[in-house]
Amino acid sequence: MATQEIAIPADGALGSSFVDRLHDLVITVDHKKLGLMYIGTALGFFVVAGLMAVAIRLQLVIPVNTLLEPDVFNRFFTMHGTSMVFLVGMPIIAGLGNYLVPLMIGTRDMAFPRLNAFGYWMFLFGGLLLYFSYLGAPGLAGHGSAPDVGWFAYAPLTGRAFSRGTSTDYWILSLLLTSVGSTVSAINVIATTIALRCPGMTMMRMPLLVWLMLVTNFMILLALPGLSGAQIMLLIDRYPGGHFFDTQAGGSAVIWQHFFWIFGHPEVYILMIPAFACLSEIIPVFSRKPIFGYPIMVGATAMIGLISVSVWAHHMFSVGMTSVGNTFFAISTFLVAIPTGIKIFNWIGTMYGGRIRFELPMLFCIAFLFQFLIAGLTGVMLAVVPFNWQLTDSYFVVAHFHYTLVGAFLFGIFAGFYYWYPKALGRLLDPRLGLLHFWLFVIGFHLTFDTLHFAGFLGMPRRIFTYDAGRGWDTLNFIATVGALFQATAILVLAINIVRSARKGEPAGNDPWDAWTLEWSTSSPPPDYNFATMPTVRSRRPLWDLKHPEDPDWKYE
Amino acid sequence: MRVHLYGNQLMLRAVTVFAFSLFCIISFGHVDPAFGKDDGVTSIFSPLAQPAQEIKETSILVLAVCAVIFIVVGGLLVYGLIRFRHRAGDEASEPPQVYGSNQIELAWTVLPILIVFVLILVTSRTIADIQNRKPPPGAVQATVVGHQWWWEIRYPELGIVTANELHVPASTGNSHQPTFLKLQSADVAHSFWVPQLAGKTDLIPNKENRMWIEPTIPGTYLGNCAEYCGTQHARMLIRVVVQSPEEFDRWVKDQQQAISGASGAAEDRKAFFANSCVNCHTIRGTSAQGKFGPDLTHLMNRETLGAGAVTNTPDNLRLWVRDPQKFKVGCLMPNMQLTDQEVNQIAAYLQTLK
Repeated sequence: MATQEIAIPADGALGSSFVDRLHDLVITVDHKKLGLMYIGTALGFFVVAGLMAVAIRLQLVIPVNTLLEPDVFNRFFTMHGTSMVFLVGMPIIAGLGNYLVPLMIGTRDMAFPRLNAFGYWMFLFGGLLLYFSYLGAPGLAGHGSAPDVGWFAYAPLTGRAFSRGTSTDYWILSLLLTSVGSTVSAINVIATTIALRCPGMTMMRMPLLVWLMLVTNFMILLALPGLSGAQIMLLIDRYPGGHFFDTQAGGSAVIWQHFFWIFGHPEVYILMIPAFACLSEIIPVFSRKPIFGYPIMVGATAMIGLISVSVWAHHMFSVGMTSVGNTFFAISTFLVAIPTGIKIFNWIGTMYGGRIRFELPMLFCIAFLFQFLIAGLTGVMLAVVPFNWQLTDSYFVVAHFHYTLVGAFLFGIFAGFYYWYPKALGRLLDPRLGLLHFWLFVIGFHLTFDTLHFAGFLGMPRRIFTYDAGRGWDTLNFIATVGALFQATAILVLAINIVRSARKGEPAGNDPWDAWTLEWSTSSPPPDYNFATMPTVRSRRPLWDLKHPEDPDWKYE
Repeated sequence: MRVHLYGNQLMLRAVTVFAFSLFCIISFGHVDPAFGKDDGVTSIFSPLAQPAQEIKETSILVLAVCAVIFIVVGGLLVYGLIRFRHRAGDEASEPPQVYGSNQIELAWTVLPILIVFVLILVTSRTIADIQNRKPPPGAVQATVVGHQWWWEIRYPELGIVTANELHVPASTGNSHQPTFLKLQSADVAHSFWVPQLAGKTDLIPNKENRMWIEPTIPGTYLGNCAEYCGTQHARMLIRVVVQSPEEFDRWVKDQQQAISGASGAAEDRKAFFANSCVNCHTIRGTSAQGKFGPDLTHLMNRETLGAGAVTNTPDNLRLWVRDPQKFKVGCLMPNMQLTDQEVNQIAAYLQTLK
């Protein structure tokens, strides 16, 4: 295996007019282009859903605010939640998996390139369909509008008696489409990982990211059918006249919640594990040490995958399960904390004895670790059922899962952006703008979400479009809204940085971070065929072996 | 020239300050969870009843355990960041490459297992304690039915139906008088949450849930519907009025009285009964027997209109009758397009419902 020097094909070769480029994107089956298309589209939805969050925060900035009508507010939090999970989180995972897995296991493309393109287009059209509801879903009065039943769409609020018009149908159908996309993309990543590893790369020599992507994609296959099945049942309720969730006709509202969370809880880990994956690549490189306890990390991830399918009803402690049922789900939830704790300890173990370089990707990882620690501990609090009876459906839960999905998932993904952007576009992101983005986002994040924990303690329920003064929530909500503005500014800085650095950034070279996995052995951006000659590996860190022939990893593994 | 951040002492200091301030904020919050106590009329950390009191005690224990874990792990992290930071001259060589250690892995697996074991014991004990409590003889039984977006409250044994304000007796030193609630829903899922009295229990159609409260201090306790139930979820407030046993008995006697068919001026009464008010509302003792909206029998005894949307004053009552959508847009009572005279007459009649 040797470092490849490969010329980047000139733009003109593919045709450089806008139409040619667009045509190229539409017909491409290249895993790198599709990966970037996934991430680019997800960022687009991220901005839209993020602006909705800002509007939500502005409505709540003072008591009895009249900025948004109740129904507009309800649509916003429904669309915000649905978009962030299905149109931002899921495609970012698919994008990272698509882009990185083939490069990291030393192959030239995914196992099923055409299926890969199909998955992307399903996701895109699903997303557009969801937003088309603003125009195309006539309510009873004939004007279009978006779903307003919450991203969890609890029955029987989604039945035709309570959700007239077609907005709920848009919610169902668009998510069914994106689920098809996620499913084929998951099958593709799994097949690629199992079948296309380069010579010498045994399962236990795969970079941790590839392992974690494998687990995540298995979980997608396991969890999504729960949601899709329930959505089809809901459609049957709404049109042919089924009674699965129709309580007036003896159906069960609780069974929807079970179906939804059998999907919904693994979903949280489906999102978190790829963020763990970014950390597991980035922390070693910037600590200058291999990951501490590689086999334990693999095992802990598999354990998280297994346990996380048995914890779903911890979202339902207040629905009136028996004391035995509540105790069971409390225990399974506590258990999932153990492998999660092991992962945190292993990351810290990797840093100990290292020489930590505070580059941007590492800064995001460090913030991730602090924030994920807190998110984990508030998760433990929520697992204590009696405490949960007070906390569930309050702003404490909002704060808790935004700590996980923003403070951890998003920070992990940002770390990944700063780390792999130079590989994907050949230029480094500007570090000064990056620092500004980091600090604005950190400050904004903590202003918003630290504060909201306390709003929950003070009895503020979720999903309320307004509240009265005098309940101790005013100041907290004001601070939270200021934080949201900081976060929005930070994202603006990131957007500027992404666009500017793509043209003017400092050229990255093959290996700007002095890293160890295969993707850094090829040019930046990699050529269409990734590697001119198929690499052969003898250890988990092929580039370390190459750079340190006197002390290679394969002697110790 | 590459801009390297890692040699930057300022960056390290900033990271440390960030970690430290985060640590302070969180520890402060966790050590003193009654933060904001003075105006926390719905704080879960100022409980004034069982089971909220018992929940608080468990919660404080869990918060303490979590705070210790946070301090230890966060401390390890901060120490590691400072101790093992990149220093000038480190570029020349790489640190010793360590791949892991099974002993250390074992240690940090067993320790969390022990903590989790303790938490499981505490949790299951409290669950059983609260959920398996049986009503003692003489306990007040009430049924709360959730509607979009108000609460129907029934006392089947006492023959009382009211709305949005649940009256219960206080337990006094020598007599326990808990109230046991049956929770039902007429339409979609709701959740009953009065933080100072108890945790949440959902009201789910086609499923009957139970909960109990045992307050000791008279007063009015505020709560919200805590499960998203549609447009006016935010304006579905519940009040629990805790009264001394004697006062509660008096209230029961008052509520049991039906309204005389001759109350109010004849013109006012006629305006009410001639309009479609009676299709949705009940006034016991009269021909108004509608079931869809709140029972109005003793409307004037209630503090608010529209499930906490506005206070119950004569002016607000008039405005509500004229157009409920002004106060509570989307609520299921439509603007009845009444004339000013009808509005005044109906409001005047309603004010006789004491």
